[in-house]
Amino acid sequence: MTGAEIIWKSLEHEGVTTVFGYPGGAILPTYDALKSSSIHHVLVRHEQGATHMADGYARASGKVGVAIATSGPGATNMVTGIATAMMDSSPIVCITGQVGSKLIGSDAFQETDITGVTLPVTKHNYLVTHPSEIARTIREAFYIAKSGRPGPVLIDVTKDAQQGLCEFEWDAARPQLPGYRPDLSPSLDEFEDALELIHNAKRPLILAGHGIMISGAMREVLELAERGNIPVAVTLLGIGSLPASHPLNLGMMGMHGEAWVNHAIQEADLLIALGMRFDDRVTGNLASYAQNAKKIHVEIDPAEINKIVKVDVALVGDLACVLRDLLPRVEYRAREDWFSLIHEYKGDAAVRDIQNLPDNGHLYAAHVINDIWRETQGRAVVVTDVGQHQMWEAQYYKHEGPRSLITSGGLGTMGFALPAAIGAKMAKPGAEVWVVVGDGGFQMTMPELATMVQEKLDVKIAIINNGFLGMVRQWQEFFYDKNYQSTPLLSPDFCKIADAYGVLSEAVSRREDVVSAVGTARHHLGPVLLDFHVEQEDSVYPMVPAGADLRGMILRPSPIVETAQDA
Amino acid sequence: MFNTFVVHVENKPGVLTRVASLFRRRGFNIDSLTVGRTEKPDVSRMTIVVDTDSFGAKRIEANLYKLVNVLRVENISGMPTIMRDLAMVKVACTPESRPHILALASVFRGRVVDVAPDSITVEITGTEDKIDGLLEVVRPYGVLEMVRTGVVAMKRGMQNAQNAAPPDYHLAEETGVSYSV
Repeated sequence: MTGAEIIWKSLEHEGVTTVFGYPGGAILPTYDALKSSSIHHVLVRHEQGATHMADGYARASGKVGVAIATSGPGATNMVTGIATAMMDSSPIVCITGQVGSKLIGSDAFQETDITGVTLPVTKHNYLVTHPSEIARTIREAFYIAKSGRPGPVLIDVTKDAQQGLCEFEWDAARPQLPGYRPDLSPSLDEFEDALELIHNAKRPLILAGHGIMISGAMREVLELAERGNIPVAVTLLGIGSLPASHPLNLGMMGMHGEAWVNHAIQEADLLIALGMRFDDRVTGNLASYAQNAKKIHVEIDPAEINKIVKVDVALVGDLACVLRDLLPRVEYRAREDWFSLIHEYKGDAAVRDIQNLPDNGHLYAAHVINDIWRETQGRAVVVTDVGQHQMWEAQYYKHEGPRSLITSGGLGTMGFALPAAIGAKMAKPGAEVWVVVGDGGFQMTMPELATMVQEKLDVKIAIINNGFLGMVRQWQEFFYDKNYQSTPLLSPDFCKIADAYGVLSEAVSRREDVVSAVGTARHHLGPVLLDFHVEQEDSVYPMVPAGADLRGMILRPSPIVETAQDA
Repeated sequence: MFNTFVVHVENKPGVLTRVASLFRRRGFNIDSLTVGRTEKPDVSRMTIVVDTDSFGAKRIEANLYKLVNVLRVENISGMPTIMRDLAMVKVACTPESRPHILALASVFRGRVVDVAPDSITVEITGTEDKIDGLLEVVRPYGVLEMVRTGVVAMKRGMQNAQNAAPPDYHLAEETGVSYSV
């Protein structure tokens, strides 16, 4: 067998059915061998798209996503997608072609030291120069990508390794990773300490993160919350870990989290952090963050312990396993004072919510997202890009299940949504997949529309079109004296663009037309693009300015209608 | 506070880059790093000295363990250890000063490895303090050239557990290895 054939055979053995890629010189032997494989190859329009698709595929399904590219520019185009997957612990394997092993280091055509380039943004990477190393390397890569704290692994395969001949022995190609031990478990003492803190706490709060989905610990977290009667705040990537409708779910924390959630964090006497890493978007000013609280951190990655916030008890291990051991001994507490305090924090926030304000004829992004939520009964997989629409989606789309919100959290990668949605739809063909994207981010990876059409994918796209790079504009409004430098954004007629790709489309600018447009899109078999022209200078509230105390939130203006007219 | 790590890694290409890159990426400045072969052909051993506090040391240890090629990390600061640095010092000399320099070298148990009409080269092995001491006293004569290997370190006696299986995470407190996995 050639190395190229071994690549496909190994991927098949790993259970891969779909890969996302783009051919080129150094990876051509591998593409040539694809004819003998059952694996479906999705031709992307840019290698960044391939990595986002693999990422979306992984996040939607929990399986490892695979992206393939050629050497040099093909490989470097992947870097953004790899870094995105790294920051959000998404398991993807990227395979790149490399120039022949004898040419390495000679600045050959399309040569880039991609293992060097991606070293800080991969969980691990490999340079493979001989066909006999391919099968074992792919096994190791898949194992590393999905075990422990997942992450991206890159395998750079030289052209001669793809062309060379070698026996294919899958069973013999066992991983040899003497230094890699992803399975950790906490000690009994630490369980005792954690239980004592939980039982003595008057005002405990669970901080629910992405790790819950990765570990598949949704049921355990629900049980911990219910058994201990402990309210839950979620991170952006933790959305869906507990149903939004659950009475203990307070909502999202952090920079654009609800005010009562952030107040609850500041008043809590115990934070139980589950699979989250105290990102600066979550903590605000560290010096004043949750000063009243003891902290328990359940986390699979030891390097996250005490990285940002010093904790009192660290339970290092797989979340589901740790909670399963902890749960039987967690006792119920009424915590009436705590719940009434949180209720007090909520105050009139709900009244000031845009959904409860009279219609002033303006179309707000919040309306659009709220209507999409209602129309899809909260059951869609929503893939968002980065910016204002991302935060509004997090606030107004009530996610009931895990892996139903796919978004770039840690890296905040614009252009993520469309390709990630393609990956998500490939992973879950039966799911209703919606893209919620801004007019800026959409134009970053718009060419992937062709990929979507070529693959006949039924994905619905909602562009939140406000003619600005909205989140940056908001910062300019708040912190840069409304100097809207380089944020007004000219866009093409997105409906004409959709038309050119053979995608059904509709432009919507009135609030009363949103529901019918969403309904039409849902009932159309095939991709639809909806271009929502929303209020241009709307801002996301509440907002904790970067690095500020969580209590120093900029709240929703009351009433928001007047502010909008002023603007 | 200086922390000394002994890091056992797989002897593979690129591992040094991974380790060095980790320190750079996480914002730690390496004071000294040595790497060399061990009694096992597939294992290399690094001695890394970093100026950081105890939280920083824990983070370094945990992050080193995240590198797939890292087999074992020990922070040996504060343990009974043997630490050695080797230096070669080329000192300017005249016929008059030569005996003085030779005497100083002998006091510090340095070995003279080269003698030229206008210079003497002394090889000295020892703790960093000892080498600093020699440098201090020969400096007035004029140090023409100096090279140091950086520290290599080893725990004393039977403590070396390199052949034993790494401890489980929950043994961390007893062994002083916080994030052994």
